[in-house]
Parts: sequence; C-alpha cells; structure tokens
Amino acid sequence: MIKQTLTPAFPSDDKRWRIVETAMKRSNYQADALIETLHAVQEAFGFVDESAMQFVSARLNLPASKVYGVATFYNLFQMKPAGEHTLSVCTGTACHVKGNDQIVEFLREEYGLNPGDTTPDGKLSFIGARCVGACGLAPVLIFDGKIVGKLSVDEMKQKIREWVNDES
Amino acid sequence: MMTKSVTTSNLAALQMKYFHQFQQRRIHVQHFTFWGELRPQHLKETRVILQHSGMIDPREIQEYLAVGGYSALAKALAEMSPESVIDEVLRAGLRGRGGAGFPTAKKWQFTRNSPGLPRYLVCNGNEGDPGAYMNRLLLETNPHSVIEGMAIAAYAIGAERGLIYCRSEYPSTIQTMETAIEQAYQLGLLGKNILGSDFTYEMDLARGAGAFVCGEEGALMESIMGRRGEPRVRPPFPSIRGLWAKPTNINNVETLANVPHIILHGAEWYAGIGMENCSGTKTFVVIGDVEKPGIIEVAFGTTLREVIYDICGGIKGGKQLKAIQIDGPMGGCLPSAYLDMPISYDSMQAVGSLLGAGGILVLDEDTCMVDLARYFMEFTQGESCGKCNPCRNGTTHMLEILTRICHGQGRLEDLDMLEWIGEYLPQVSFCGMGQAAPEPVLSAMKFFRDEFEAHAVEHVCPVHHCRMPIHAMAAAA
Repeated sequence: MIKQTLTPAFPSDDKRWRIVETAMKRSNYQADALIETLHAVQEAFGFVDESAMQFVSARLNLPASKVYGVATFYNLFQMKPAGEHTLSVCTGTACHVKGNDQIVEFLREEYGLNPGDTTPDGKLSFIGARCVGACGLAPVLIFDGKIVGKLSVDEMKQKIREWVNDES
Repeated sequence: MMTKSVTTSNLAALQMKYFHQFQQRRIHVQHFTFWGELRPQHLKETRVILQHSGMIDPREIQEYLAVGGYSALAKALAEMSPESVIDEVLRAGLRGRGGAGFPTAKKWQFTRNSPGLPRYLVCNGNEGDPGAYMNRLLLETNPHSVIEGMAIAAYAIGAERGLIYCRSEYPSTIQTMETAIEQAYQLGLLGKNILGSDFTYEMDLARGAGAFVCGEEGALMESIMGRRGEPRVRPPFPSIRGLWAKPTNINNVETLANVPHIILHGAEWYAGIGMENCSGTKTFVVIGDVEKPGIIEVAFGTTLREVIYDICGGIKGGKQLKAIQIDGPMGGCLPSAYLDMPISYDSMQAVGSLLGAGGILVLDEDTCMVDLARYFMEFTQGESCGKCNPCRNGTTHMLEILTRICHGQGRLEDLDMLEWIGEYLPQVSFCGMGQAAPEPVLSAMKFFRDEFEAHAVEHVCPVHHCRMPIHAMAAAA
C-alpha cells in the first residue's frame, strides 16, 4: 500500500471535525482504532454520513469499503440524522412479554413509524432498543433519555400521545 | 486525591485507614445500587462476588480498599508464582461463567504455554442477551473487583496488557469503568511495578458499538481490532492465535470477579461452595412473571424452585408456572416439571440446554409459546452477522415460518420444516450463535407441541394471548 503523504482536508469547515481528528491522533492513526473514530464522529455529529466515512478512510489509510462495512455492521452508527426527540422502546424479553410489542404495533399504525424511522417533519425518531438492562422496570420506554417504566399498555399509549402532542 | 503509590507493605495500613473513614460514612445499601435493582440478600442466596455491591461507592477506589480490596493481588504477587495461581484456580474448580462452563485454569494454562509474546488478556463484557444485566450490575457497583481479577489473571498467564470490552449500550458502565481504571493507575495498582513488584500490567477499555455477536470470542477480537464483528475459524483458538495473532485469553466478567476471592480465601474454601465439579456461585437475572424480579446470586446446586418460589416470591398474581426459559434468545425452555433440578452446567446439559450467561425468564400460564419463539427468532435473525449462509438464511426462514404461524396462516408441514431447519443449523453454522439459534424454538416445540399444532392447524391460540389476528381466530371458531 502506498503511504498516505498528503493530509486530507476536512470535509467542511465545521469545527467538530477537529474532535474527530483529535480522536484519531490519540490512537496514532492506527487502522485498529476505526470503531473508536466512528464513535467520535457519531458523538460529534449524531450520525455517520458518506463524507465522514470518506474522510476517516483517507485519514486512517483504509479502503472506503472497509469503513462502510464497519459503519453499517454496528447498530450504534446511524446513517442519517436523528429527529429532535428520540423515543426508544425497549424490545428486550421482559418488556416484550409485558406488552412493548403492542407499543411497536401502535407506533406503526398510529404514526407510521418503524424502528429506526423519523417522522417526516424531523420531530420524533423511534428506536427499538434491544435491551436497556432495566428489566425490573419492564416495560420500559425512554423519551429523550428519561426512563419511564412499569406502565400498562394503555398508559403507555397515553404517554406517547402526550409527548407527541406536547412537542409538535 | 492521594497520589502516593500503594505497595505490599503499606496496603494493609491504607485499607485500615479507609475502613475507618468508610465506617463513618456508611450509607444505606440501596444507595449505590443501580436503579435499586439489587435487593438485600435473601437467606437462600450465597453472595460472593456481589457481597460488596451496594455497600461501597464504585466511584471511589478507597471504598474498595476499605473492604479489603487488592489484598488478593498483593498476595498473588508477593507469595505465589504464576503457576501456583493457576493451580489454585484449578483446584478451586472455577468454570467459565460465559455459558459453556470451560475450566478457567485450563484456559489460562493453554495461553501461558503457547509460544509468542506479548500475550493479551481480554475481559468479555459484551453482555447482549435481552433481559440479562448481571455483568452490568457488577461492573457498575464493584468495578475494582473485576480489575483486580484481571490483574491476577494477567499475572498468571504472563500478559502485560489487558482490555475490557464494554457494550456501548451501557454508557454508565463505561464511565464507571474508566474512572476505576484511572484511579487504579493513580495508586499504582495498574501500570509498571504494581505494588512494588516487578510485574507490569497495562489496562484499557474497548468500546463496542452495538452488536450481539461480538460476545463470541472471534467476533470480539475482530471488533477490538476495528473490524466487522464476524467470528473467526476455530482452531486456531484464541489462546494460540488471538488479538494481533498473539496468544489471547478471553474470560467473562463474572469469571474474573471470582478470582480475587479464590486467591484470598483459598481453593478449598471456594470448592466448598456449590456442587462437586461445579463450585462457586452464579449470578442470575430473574425476569418475567415473578413477584420480585431482579438480580440474585446463588450457589450452584440451588434448585429452580428455590430461585423462583423462595427468592423471587413466586409467580405474579398466584398464577401457575408454565415454563422457564434459560439463557435468553439462545437457550431452551423447560416446563415446570424441571423445577426441582439443581442448577449447574452439567445438569442443564443433561436436559439438552445450556446454563448460559445467567438470564432466567419465568413464564406464567398466560404466555403463548409460539409468540415467544417467534420473538426470540426475530432477535437472532436481526443479530445474525451474515458471515455464514446457514445462520443468515436459516434464521430468516425460521422467522418467516413462525410469523406465518402467528398470523394464522400456518400449515402442519410448517412444523416439520421448522424441525428440519433446526436440526441442520447446529451442524453447519459457523459460530456458536448460529448453532444455538434454533434452541428456543425446538425446545418449545418439544414441550409444547400441542400449542404449535393448535396455531398451525386450527389457527387458534389456546391461551388467547398471542397477537393472532381476530379474523383468523373468528374463521376457526
């Protein structure tokens, strides 16, 4: 492989690229640090888009396909920006048994949202979380980092309607 | 923050000093437990690794020193050779808590004896099973016990670098661990010349990014090296050729947390807890339809009845127990007839299931087993890494069939098809995940065949609890 000699320019003059650059520098631009670098991108921008992947691939001297492969493999890395508010519905076993499957159905029917979707106005993102590790509180909903647990299905539907109407 | 290094000679004095401070500001047990999940100890519980959880502040290393922390590391470094550490753990009969129950000391021996330097030690904290958070609770309430266990393990296998792999879904765990590692460095309990000896051990934290399959050893190593988390061919095993093609030892969080206790109290003490061939304790997370769900730690040999009816207060609402599902989406379910079976790796294997990492899902009479089987298959299908064809396509087919059955469009042949796919997946899948993927479906079909037949043939749900569409139910009625 030809050693990269020219430093690739930042994709834009956004100051947040410096954070990404620092993260790569800390690991000495090692290809092994790809996941850490993508974490830095995700934390700084909220999502990992094509320009970010190209920048990282050039900077770490990795094929763009490798970077794309890793970024799409892991659930954490999002390809598009999230909505203003995020509703995570835990779909872990305990929450499933206690009725969160009905909440997923409800979101699909009432708002047309599948896990990973954002409403067209960019207000609300719906994420299906695998398990948030709070099974004692099942069923669990997380609205913008606020955990709500131990509600019945109807109470949860009521809460979701409140949140959505409150914000839009 | 004190910066003077701890050595073997001043460790005891420091522990004493911090113990007095600790006694003065002793707070209620619940204060430091994560979301109040850990209840006070039940009479039938045996707490070894969780004994200090909730009592000490996980953010302060002084609190861990106050309860005698790092004494085991000091003892191992000052009085024992690496070989005698391995021998002690071997005689204690410690088995890997990740699920398979492989003797830990043997694994260490393999890594120590395999050529190539440096060697690496990895702590597998990618606890991905839905409904299991034993490792999370341990890492968040007593992070230093795992760090100490890792340092001892590194000393035993001759590793100078260790990594703990944490799930990115647990940001608070990562934060706690990072603080703990930093504090251990400040006191000279990690780094060069630990406790004044010539043993050097550097430790880092590696973050995952949300992939269940990274709990598999090969995939875990790939992920640490910044690649897609896909399993590797075995052999060569990690102990021969692991991270960066060097010998690597991978242990579960809970396994490593047991190590300081074994070194400190001796192999005989540890072997006395639990059963023969299966010594010690195991943490479980009991969820589902029980009165008091939560995390427990019991000695091996405790029966499922004691766990469910005594420690967890029985079935919610006085209903009947239908099944117990052990080890999340990869494990089998057992009907209530197995309630009096003692919990151990061997007894579970005898009934064709694996003990796994420690999730116990209790299901009452209102649970639809077909819907549950479909749920687990949906999880496995979503988490299949896609490297090997059998797992990628097999789980998709099984999910399609189960979804069809749940929507009232099943046929009797579907059940044979499920069994057929379920039989070949374990034989041809690349890694343990694909091999175990059909287990929840197959075991549910084994014990609750009539329920599957009712769904597939008569298009009704006998417990009237599944999400089968109304029109299908009406057509059958």
